[in-house]
Amino acid sequence: MTETFPFRPPVPGTQPDNNSPQYGSTQKRHPKQPLIRFAHTLTEATGPVFSPSQFPAFADLTNANSLGERIIVRGRVIDEDGRPQRNTIVEVWQANAAGRYDHPLDTHDAPLDPNFHGEGRVFTDEDGWYQFTSIKPGAYPWRNHYNAWRPNHIHFSLFGAGFASRLITQMYFPGDPLLPLDPIYNTVSDQAARERLISIFDLQITKPEWALGYRFDIVLRGRGATPWEN
Amino acid sequence: MAIATAAQTIGPYWHLIEHPEFADLTRFGAEGEVITLTGRVTDGDGAPVADCCVEIWQSSPAASETFPGYGRARTDTEGVYVFTTVKPGPVAGNGNTLQAPHIAINLLARGILTRLYTRAYFQGEALNETDPLLGLLDEDRRATLIAIPADGAWRMDIRLQGEGETVFIDV
Repeated sequence: MTETFPFRPPVPGTQPDNNSPQYGSTQKRHPKQPLIRFAHTLTEATGPVFSPSQFPAFADLTNANSLGERIIVRGRVIDEDGRPQRNTIVEVWQANAAGRYDHPLDTHDAPLDPNFHGEGRVFTDEDGWYQFTSIKPGAYPWRNHYNAWRPNHIHFSLFGAGFASRLITQMYFPGDPLLPLDPIYNTVSDQAARERLISIFDLQITKPEWALGYRFDIVLRGRGATPWEN
Repeated sequence: MAIATAAQTIGPYWHLIEHPEFADLTRFGAEGEVITLTGRVTDGDGAPVADCCVEIWQSSPAASETFPGYGRARTDTEGVYVFTTVKPGPVAGNGNTLQAPHIAINLLARGILTRLYTRAYFQGEALNETDPLLGLLDEDRRATLIAIPADGAWRMDIRLQGEGETVFIDV
C-alpha cells in the first residue's frame, strides 16, 4: 500500500482553458482529445526541491544604471490550506521599462537597456515570503489582433510541493487600462480569480527615496484530504 | 480556503532557458544508466513548436544531492528537445499497483495557458503491459506515450493537436 496525497482539482472557472480562441496562438496548440483522468501517483505528488547552493538566488534585477521606475515586489506563497510554502524557488522574468525583452525572439522596436536583463530567482523564507527588486516593465505590442498591446506584467514560475502544483503565471499592475482588453488576462473566466493576478500597491513595501512597493501573493494547489486507496 | 492562483502562458520570451545545463540531469554526478531522451514537438499543422519549454520530472531514481530529478530544455528551430538523464526504474503506484518506468513531462509555450502534462514510457518494458495509466488507453493512443530507441537515444515525439495527438493527462 502506497499512500499518495493527491492535490485538489481546480475550482471551476479559476484556471484558463487551453482552447481560448481570443488568444490566437492557442488554436493550433491545444489538444482536441479529452485529457485522461488519472489519480495522482508518487510521480505527480512529489516534485523537485531546489537548493540555493545549487541554484543561487539573484534577488535584484537592477544595477545603479538600470532605466525606469524602480520597484520592490513582495508577497507570500501559501497553498490552498493556507500553509506557507517554505524555501520554495520563485523564478521571474520580464520586459524592460520600454517594453522590450532582452531575448533574441523579441524584435519590438523599443530600446534594450544594457543595464537591465530582466531575469530573477529568489527563494521564499520560513514563512513563505519572497521579495525582489526590479524595474516596472513597459507595455508592448503583439500581433494577436489589430492594435493589441500586452498590459505591464512580470512572469512567475513556481513549483510548490509536487509536480502537480507546478505554476507558471503572470503578475499584473493595478489600474492598467490594457487589462480589460487583454485576451491572455481574460482567459480566466472567474472575475475574482482574474483580479487576484493584479498586484496591490503597498506603501509598507515602498522604500522611501528608493522604490515603489507592490504586493503579490500566490496560492498553490492544496492537498486532498485523504490518500488514494484501493 | 484560498483558491489556487490562475496559470498564464509562459509566453515566447522566457529567460528560463538561459541555463542550458538544466537539460542535463547527470551534471551533479548521478550514477545509473545514462540515457538521452529526445523528440520533436509539433502543433496542429504538424509545424515544429520552436519556442517550447519542455520540463521533465522523475520519481525514479529518487531525487538526491547528485540527481535533481528535474530538467528543463528549450526546443530548437525544428521543435526538438534533448535531455540527458538516468533511466528510471519501476515506481510504486496507488494501492498495490506498480507503475512501469516513466518520465513526467510538462509542456509550456506561447499559446499554452495551463501546462500540458504527459509521460514518456519506454518501449519493451514488461511492466508496460500492466501499467495503470497505459491500461486506460487503446493501442493507438498508448503508442503516443512510449519512447522508442533511435540512434542511441530514446525518442518521444509530441503532437499537441490533430492526427497522432499525444495523450495528455488531467493533472
